[in-house]
Amino acid sequence: MRAIELKKLSYTYSKKTPFEKRALDNVDLAIEEGEFVGLIGATGSGKSTLIQHLNGLVKVQEGEVVVAGMSASDKKSLKQLRFTVGMVFQYPEYQLFEETVARDVAFGPKNMKLEKDEIDRRVRRALEVVGLPYDEFAERSPFELSGGEKRRAAIAGVIAMEPKILVLDEPVAGLDPVGRREVLALVRKLHEEVSPTVIMVSHYMDDIAEMADRIVALKEGRVVADGSPQEVFGEREKLAQAGLALPSAARIADKLTERGIELPRTIVTPAALADALAEIKAKRAANEPAAQDGEREDGENV
Amino acid sequence: MFKDVAFGQYYPTGSVVHRMDPRMKLLLTIMFVVAIFFVNTYFGFMITAAVLLAIILIARLPMLSVLKSVRAIVFIVLFASLVNLFMIKGGEVLWSWKSLQITDQGVHTTIKMALRLVLLICGASLLTLTTTPVEVADGTESLIKPLKYIKVPVHDIAMIMSIALRFIPTLFEETNKIIAAQKARGASFDTGGLIARAKAMLPVLIPLFVNSFRRADELAFAMDARCYNATENRTKMKVMKLGAADYVGFLLIAAYFVAIMLDRYYFGGVMDSLIFGGLV
Repeated sequence: MRAIELKKLSYTYSKKTPFEKRALDNVDLAIEEGEFVGLIGATGSGKSTLIQHLNGLVKVQEGEVVVAGMSASDKKSLKQLRFTVGMVFQYPEYQLFEETVARDVAFGPKNMKLEKDEIDRRVRRALEVVGLPYDEFAERSPFELSGGEKRRAAIAGVIAMEPKILVLDEPVAGLDPVGRREVLALVRKLHEEVSPTVIMVSHYMDDIAEMADRIVALKEGRVVADGSPQEVFGEREKLAQAGLALPSAARIADKLTERGIELPRTIVTPAALADALAEIKAKRAANEPAAQDGEREDGENV
Repeated sequence: MFKDVAFGQYYPTGSVVHRMDPRMKLLLTIMFVVAIFFVNTYFGFMITAAVLLAIILIARLPMLSVLKSVRAIVFIVLFASLVNLFMIKGGEVLWSWKSLQITDQGVHTTIKMALRLVLLICGASLLTLTTTPVEVADGTESLIKPLKYIKVPVHDIAMIMSIALRFIPTLFEETNKIIAAQKARGASFDTGGLIARAKAMLPVLIPLFVNSFRRADELAFAMDARCYNATENRTKMKVMKLGAADYVGFLLIAAYFVAIMLDRYYFGGVMDSLIFGGLV
């Protein structure tokens, strides 16, 4: 089933002033239910504008946005749309406001006008899923949590609405390596357990390459690449034009190719790189069992 | 929400008015504001409007940007006009109903007051439309420098002013972000009664305050780290200098000032009867 469909979507900020800026330009995009889409693009490429269209935070100017069968221009289904698309903004911890974590997480479900029991169930579940045990965290003030905990509490506030589609804008920005790994593992878990369709905006190509099944790249408000990580990162020239970097695994593969170890351009994750190198090593061992020294050098390069 | 706060927001066109010395622009604005309170004839208002129009044209500002600032005071003007219209007694009675009456003097006073308010706001908004907030702050600092001698912490005041001005856009941006985040969680800010709406603002105001304190703390820390202290003899990156345009501008406004004074005290309404005849 189709989760999201954008048809000829265009958007201009501050129309008819000297600050006028075209943020989206004729974007056509269809996302199927169950997909994990990585949205990439340089700063100012229109990513934020695009995702804010998905739950009606930005009014559609030109074109059409259909999410789970609802049109984003339809005012009547606006609330329903916002409960269907969970939006985790950049630095979501800045939206925490309640006295206790549990009450903050309950804000969304309360706005959905759910029964009290159902709200409690959802708050409990959301906190457990993000890894903040209910009994330990529910009654604490969100302002006294650590940075990573705050972020997870804020994410819990979004997933307590149990949205079918989850949109995350730079979910790991500003976190330390441990917090980053935890939040990424959480996103993967959410994809499997809570929201089947996930759209993640990120500057970290490594994360995108690892997690997404499909990558959409934007440049100046247009879609410049759309496909599997292997396809999108395979087109090095296009990517460089869009001002985007490669995942580290692909960069290492390129360097190795330069130095004479031919590797395919479809390598985008560390695991794929390791596999390819192991294969080369096995092949060489089979072909020339005598040349053991050269083999060791290759190994050191890795 | 907050889209209309663009009241008198800087509008860059790079015109000669934009490039004028902010100190001169501030002075001229003050002169203009003083002068407009001396205007008491329709002829005077015509001169005022002509001067404003000339500045708008030279500054290459779209009329709409100036009128936008007027929109902010429309209600005040309407309210004051209504009160004036019925309260001022004197001259011929034009219309009456029970204890309410409108007199011809009331009509004239009301029209003049409305014109004065609208032109005043137009004039004042020309300053902010052509001058960046930082320039306004720098200009103000320079102008109030003499107060130093009576122990007024001029530099501190100016620094506080520039920081406040600097963070207005940041706060707006942040407010909009938080509003978006809470809306995404199903909050609504435009339904329900007054109390419900005030309550709905809490999820926005609390994070805004928390973040502002955090940011103020960080800023103070960063300033300390760069050894900031409000000592004397700090130099400016941009040195303000008076140029030819400033003198011409001064002459223009000074001429306007003299014209208004002459119209009020010397001609005393002669021009009005010449132009409008029996109407006035």
